[in-house]
Amino acid sequence: MSKNNNSAIQDASQEASWINVAALHKIYNTRGGGKTHALADINFTVKKGEFISIVGPSGCGKTTLLNVLAGLISKTEGSASVSGHEVTKPLPEIGMVFQAPTLLPWRTILENVMVPVEVQKLDKKMYLEKAKELLKLAGLDGFEDKFPNELSGGMQQRAGICRALVHSPSVLLMDEPFGALDAMTREYMNLELLRIWKESNQTIALVTHSITEAVFLSDRVIVMSPRPGRIAEIITIDLPRPRTLDMMNSDAAGFFVKKIRQYFNAANVIE
Amino acid sequence: MKFLRNRPEYVLVPSVFIAFVLIWENLVNIMEVEEIILPTPSRIGEALFFQLSNPLFWSNFRITSQETLLGFTAAVVFAIIAGTFISQIKVIDKAFMPYLVGFQAIPKIALAPIFIVWFGFGMTSKVVMAATVAFFPILINIIEGLKSADNDQIRMLRVFGATRFQIFLKVQVPCALPFFFAGLDVGILLAILGAVVGEFLGSQDGLGAMVLLAQYNFEVPTMFAILIVLSLMGIISHIIVKALQRKFAFWADSSNFIGN
Ligand SMILES: Nc1ncnc2c1ncn2[C@@H]1O[C@H](COP(=O)(O)OP(=O)(O)OP(=O)(O)O)[C@@H](O)[C@H]1O
Ligand SMILES: [Mg+2]
Repeated sequence: MSKNNNSAIQDASQEASWINVAALHKIYNTRGGGKTHALADINFTVKKGEFISIVGPSGCGKTTLLNVLAGLISKTEGSASVSGHEVTKPLPEIGMVFQAPTLLPWRTILENVMVPVEVQKLDKKMYLEKAKELLKLAGLDGFEDKFPNELSGGMQQRAGICRALVHSPSVLLMDEPFGALDAMTREYMNLELLRIWKESNQTIALVTHSITEAVFLSDRVIVMSPRPGRIAEIITIDLPRPRTLDMMNSDAAGFFVKKIRQYFNAANVIE
Repeated sequence: MKFLRNRPEYVLVPSVFIAFVLIWENLVNIMEVEEIILPTPSRIGEALFFQLSNPLFWSNFRITSQETLLGFTAAVVFAIIAGTFISQIKVIDKAFMPYLVGFQAIPKIALAPIFIVWFGFGMTSKVVMAATVAFFPILINIIEGLKSADNDQIRMLRVFGATRFQIFLKVQVPCALPFFFAGLDVGILLAILGAVVGEFLGSQDGLGAMVLLAQYNFEVPTMFAILIVLSLMGIISHIIVKALQRKFAFWADSSNFIGN
């Protein structure tokens, strides 16, 4: 139903696209010998510096899509490229934030943030300053030499975001990064993320369960439908920037939230 | 007072010890148990004191310690090498693990006479014995530890471009450390056991041989005294391993690792 819609957007932004997904399919072989069609004919592009969110009912393939872009799992058909490179393995221009902070407990916060620098054998001295700056930006100055278990969950998650940013990746993939946080911390983190995004000019693809979060943060929201996972619609959120929490009470924001929620209702899924 | 409420064990543990020793002492006296059956704690204390000022005891102590440490070190080195290969290379795991498990089933104490045939009555046979008994718990812990690495942590490193070797070094090895120390903790006690058993079966030297000599001469208090020394060796080794663990694997609670 929305196929034409998708390809129109795709054509318009082809030139400046930084993430390019075309006719992408992912079929999992399940343990019982069966097959799960997790992604079916996914087409979209993301412009450089754009912030997109991916929403959809549980099990519709959001994590699968992000993992394909991250080079963590193979695709079955079609193409997925980042900054012109077809993704077949993890690319250095990608940073990823996971649902759990996934910090290494034997490393200090600063050492954790430095993991991508170490692994990619970049100049440590140069990036040390960058890492400290990011930690400061994330409100974690003074915690550089603490160990993860000395920090709250929200603080650990922020450190995880710093780690994803330290090597200046052009693309940031985030899989429900704020899922485990309470509403207050979550709003705070949203604002913080927008601030970091504005300063770093990265391209961000964020998976979230929260429709309001998607509307609040994004330039566009990709709405997915399940079994097999496909794109139902891509909705452009033309709320002005910088965004404020008050804006979320406006009619315009309400309109977008309602529009996205329709798809969930249509799919008979209660969020 | 507050101190005692926070750390009651500082009072409880010595109290139990004193009570135990007093009851033992008095029971033996009241019931007139013969010394070659069960000596009193005070007689054992005397024997211990005598041994501690006896140069012969110290030379035996040194020999048993050496056998233990050499055997233990060999066990650790071989366990690290074998554990790394087994955990990293599937073919080796599949091909050799069944043999290792089968070998583990041998009551290794029964190997001591064979080792004496192969390596003679000197120190070598005891070192080999200590190494053989200490090897398995250390190996199994290393393998489990290297395999225990959290999948999410590995994926995280992969996203940032880590090679397999980097993943091994930066995630699997640290993850294995708490298990490794748990293995060392069991292994060092077994190494002492192995060395002493080796000495029982054929040796003129070492604390094990001293126990046998004391038995031959009906010096039961001396036997108990050496038992105390061997226990102290074990306790001190345990404390050292724990201290190392707290220093090098500080992030982990060791209470649920294999062998504990
Ligand atoms: N490794 C796998 N092997 C087989 N099937 C899988 C695997 N991972 C995911 N799937 C299947 O693919 C589909 C999409 O899963 P995915 O994890 O991408 O969903 P999701 O949209 O991220 O869900 P959620 O919102 O609950 O995280 C599901 O039906 C799931 O059962
Ligand atoms: Mg998911």
